[in-house]
Amino acid sequence: MLAWTVYISFIGVLALMLVPAGQARAARGIALLTAVAGFLLGLVSAFAYQPTAGIMTIVQKPWIPGLHIDFFLAADGISITLVLLTGLAAIVGILFSWNVEHRTKEFFAFYLALIGGVYGVFLSFDLFLLFVFYELAIIPKYFLIAIWGSTNKEYGAMKLALYSFIGSAMVLIGIIAAYVVSGAHSMNLLELAKYPYPASFQYWAFPLVFVGFAILAGLWPFHTWAPTGHVAAPTAASMLLAGVVMKLGAYGALRVAMTLFPLGLEAWRNEIAVLAVIGIVYGAMVALVQKDFKFVIGYSSVSHMGFVLLGLMTLSSIGLSGAVLQMFSHGIIAGLLFGVVGRMVYDRTHTRELPLLEGMNLSRALPFAAGTFAVAAFASMGLPGFSGFPAEMSVLIGAWRTFPTFAVLAGLGILIGVAYTLLVLQKSFFGDAAPTPEVPAHPLPPITVPERIGAVILLATTLLIGLYPKLLLDLIVPSFNSPLFEALRNEALRKGGIL
Amino acid sequence: MTFQVQYLFLIPLLPLIAAAMIAVTRQPHKRFAATMGIGAMVISLTLSCAAFAKTLHRSSSAANFHEVHNFNWFTFGETTLQLGWVLDPLTAIMLVMVTFVSLLIFIYSIGYMAHDENFTRFFCFLSLFAAAMLGLIIANNLLLLFMCWELVGLASYLLIGFWYQKPSAAAAAKKAFITTRIGDVVFFLGILWLYSQSGTLLFYADGKGCLENLQQAEWAARTTIGGMAITTGIGLLIFCGAIGKSGQVPLHVWLPDAMEGPTPVSALIHAATMVAAGVFLVARVYPLMSANGGEVAGWGPGIHISALTVVTWVGAITAVFAACIAVAQTDIKRILAYSTVSQLGFMMMGLGVGGVAVGMFHLIAHAFFKALLFLGAGSVIHGCHEEQDIRRMGGLKKFMPVTFATYAIGMMALSGVPILFSGFWSKDAILHAAHDWPVSKIPFYLGVSGALLTAFYMTRQMCYVFFGNNRADSHHATKPHESPRVMTLPLTILAVFAVMLGFIGTPAWPWFQSYLNGGQPLFNFAELWQGEVRSILLLSTVIVAVGIGLGWWFYGRKPITSPDAEDVLERLRPDIYELFRNKFYIDELYEATVIRFFVWWAQLCDSMDYWVWNGAVLAVSYLILALAWVNRLIDEYAVNLGFDEGCKGVAEGGKLFSRLQNGRVQSYLRVIGVALTVLILVLIWGCRPS
Repeated sequence: MLAWTVYISFIGVLALMLVPAGQARAARGIALLTAVAGFLLGLVSAFAYQPTAGIMTIVQKPWIPGLHIDFFLAADGISITLVLLTGLAAIVGILFSWNVEHRTKEFFAFYLALIGGVYGVFLSFDLFLLFVFYELAIIPKYFLIAIWGSTNKEYGAMKLALYSFIGSAMVLIGIIAAYVVSGAHSMNLLELAKYPYPASFQYWAFPLVFVGFAILAGLWPFHTWAPTGHVAAPTAASMLLAGVVMKLGAYGALRVAMTLFPLGLEAWRNEIAVLAVIGIVYGAMVALVQKDFKFVIGYSSVSHMGFVLLGLMTLSSIGLSGAVLQMFSHGIIAGLLFGVVGRMVYDRTHTRELPLLEGMNLSRALPFAAGTFAVAAFASMGLPGFSGFPAEMSVLIGAWRTFPTFAVLAGLGILIGVAYTLLVLQKSFFGDAAPTPEVPAHPLPPITVPERIGAVILLATTLLIGLYPKLLLDLIVPSFNSPLFEALRNEALRKGGIL
Repeated sequence: MTFQVQYLFLIPLLPLIAAAMIAVTRQPHKRFAATMGIGAMVISLTLSCAAFAKTLHRSSSAANFHEVHNFNWFTFGETTLQLGWVLDPLTAIMLVMVTFVSLLIFIYSIGYMAHDENFTRFFCFLSLFAAAMLGLIIANNLLLLFMCWELVGLASYLLIGFWYQKPSAAAAAKKAFITTRIGDVVFFLGILWLYSQSGTLLFYADGKGCLENLQQAEWAARTTIGGMAITTGIGLLIFCGAIGKSGQVPLHVWLPDAMEGPTPVSALIHAATMVAAGVFLVARVYPLMSANGGEVAGWGPGIHISALTVVTWVGAITAVFAACIAVAQTDIKRILAYSTVSQLGFMMMGLGVGGVAVGMFHLIAHAFFKALLFLGAGSVIHGCHEEQDIRRMGGLKKFMPVTFATYAIGMMALSGVPILFSGFWSKDAILHAAHDWPVSKIPFYLGVSGALLTAFYMTRQMCYVFFGNNRADSHHATKPHESPRVMTLPLTILAVFAVMLGFIGTPAWPWFQSYLNGGQPLFNFAELWQGEVRSILLLSTVIVAVGIGLGWWFYGRKPITSPDAEDVLERLRPDIYELFRNKFYIDELYEATVIRFFVWWAQLCDSMDYWVWNGAVLAVSYLILALAWVNRLIDEYAVNLGFDEGCKGVAEGGKLFSRLQNGRVQSYLRVIGVALTVLILVLIWGCRPS
């Protein structure tokens, strides 16, 4: 059933192509229906899935038999968590793109193609298939930014594409090498994970594949595509970019690099944890001095994704689960923040310059947007009650055991996170406008119903997971017991850890 | 488990539900909002009293009474994170105090905020605060406590910035949140450390909690840097959270600024309850704080250092430091704010030198009389048309009789006027314990000076506000007026408590101490006349007399006539007065060091992102363009030359340049393709399994 999340997205793309030009309403309807159907499929599967069952095979058919490549879709709790995230982000992104009038049909076609690719990555257990979907997700992203973007969009799109393709190239080399070294019998991830790669091979293959994926997760210093890409992207695309695409990178790093090359991971673990912590602090620092509203959120994504990478490096059950939970949490919160900035504010005020917004008294003009952003900001700074808290907490608990110093530094990052979040919150919405604000010539259009629905969905999700993280953790935690992670578990055990 | 424990969670839950319901209420429905908030508090108060009765019933028989209810929050493989709540005397007494003071302040707010357009939002935030604070009190898990701890911080932020149109309020809210968060992050690291050592964050869990059987626990015996016991290290980190929340030096800077919020908020959050949370936290994790940290050389034999030693010093220094600043302030609420900081220092010192009961007794007594003082100040501000400068008040005695009478009671309780007033007994207990402290006598002297200064600055304030002539600007047509009944009634009730509470903890009948520590209080009047007790009592009396006498001599003897008149202290010692008035220049110091450092660092990171990493990307892309160009040239001239296509080649050359302009990605892809092919060939060739 989960496989249909992929198929239905591409069916949606086909359906959109058949819509006659100019039928914007129909295009929106189809896109929304497709996204809702995808999410519901994910939700039903999540309920049907037995977490103790480990990896659940969905489809496994020979695809290119000569090269032992299968069309192999499967899922474990991690996949399902991220599929749910993708479904939610897709629905809300469409609701927040309700006002796209320029080439509506193409916009949603690219959008659904991106979603389909993302679903595919999260469900593929054949390395080649995974890579195909991974590439499939990158291409629509380029067009979404280059055609519908704003501010310096060619530059942003170019930078994003450059980084993505460099990353992909590294991943591809690594995958092929892994395939060849293991004797070229299979591209099946489960098979390859059993193969004991020689340590000297892992030593260079691990960083190649890990960094190749992690570029997309905003690993410092390969992060600069993220802020510019986010800023250039149209609202929905930046929501997906931060909400889902960055997770592709982290997911790939965990699913492929770490499971195939546990010895390589051990060799490079400290170095990557250092980069993750630098990302946390550095992203927050840069966010502190940005003048563009969207750049602040963009850099905050770099900072929050640092927690994911740090969690992956802890090699403990709690840290890894926290990393996956943080992927989900950041996807929801960042999506919401970008939605407010891009759709609710920028589309109305046509500026994202904080000094300008400061004088607009937006909290009175757009009270709903102000309230939403305030709550999202509190969620983003990791206040208890919101999903960011259990996620970052788990990562830090895990990190404390392995690298106490890094946990302390990450704490500094959280602190700076509070500073820039409060700063941007007050500047954007609660600026000290003149005591008697002049009535603007054109009052800002009120917040529309789709926007309200979208915001409420995301807010409710982050609250729900914040108060009851068990819902997702019961899916995520048992996943690390599957045979796929066996090599990783042994490695952790050898180091005295407890995965 | 009895129903009082089973349904303890209702006490914070009800205000939370009230907050949620008010949140979705439209602004004009003021009556609904107030009813919801106050109704929830009334029920919570009733439940708290029931819980209190339960502990009352038991405390005489069992020395260490506590009942807990724990449940699973989530599971990580083998480890399960449990949350829960606990009912013990400490919880019960705090519950009653917080619900009772909150209820009075809620009622007072109806009058104080009546004309505010965001009345419902105010009650929403207040209820949210009450819920978080009550959750903090009942938490049986350090993590749950921390979560509520953060939420009270959030509520405090929202309420300080309630009038966010005032830039000063917005800045104060931000400052409060960030400053307390500094302490909170360190606190959180302490939690992580504790969890990694003990494997649980529950306080009590049938002997397996992190506070139980610390002496036997294997982890508690380990040591860390410098031979310090791990428990002490953890205790110190946790104490950092208390430093932030309770406004102790050096993180006290936010609390006076927090007075930008509406006055009921200052009374409830920044005097009575939230700022006391730090003290409560230390009392809660007392076994960790008091755990032996090892003998430190140079302190003399047999003197053991624990986290409490640091608590004592920080508290004692804060007590005097803030009292000094309070002497030279002119804003009625800021004087009270510095007084709060100073009194919190006293509480910390009490915890450090005398134990839970000593510190908590002052906390409870202070909550009542400080709430009274703040609400009184609010009444004054309300009556004087939003004037907060005490130099522009004066002579209010005859305009606001009820406020004057209740304020005077609060002032005497805070100063520690003997026998009748609660502050006398609670402060006396602290001084007494400090006198007996084996480590050092200095905190005792600091405490005595703090008490002296307290009496002095409170007298100064009384003289400025209520005595003499009215010095308000003449442009106010109307005279100051007494506040409505809904505001004076809470004042009266609080005043009654400010007097009566003292009698539950006197040396003659130490009911409060035995309630918290277990045991039967004995009524022994002769206790008051035993050697040391008597001398400390006499000393306290003398201090108060001197403080009030000096204050009256300086400010009350000759009425102050003009708002611009020089302060008496300013005339005597302008240099010291200036230092006090500018709060020892701590804000300026932070501005010049910490804040400037972070701004510099942030800008450094930003320019690094712009020049280094962006530059690298640009360099790579230009390099690729150049490669593509070379590639194309080779294509054109080396590969195609052999073919008879020369003319076409030249024609395409023109197109090439235009393609290069907007086709960066495609040409890049081309190189990637070539490079990949080469690499793959190399790899396949080189990495075959041998």
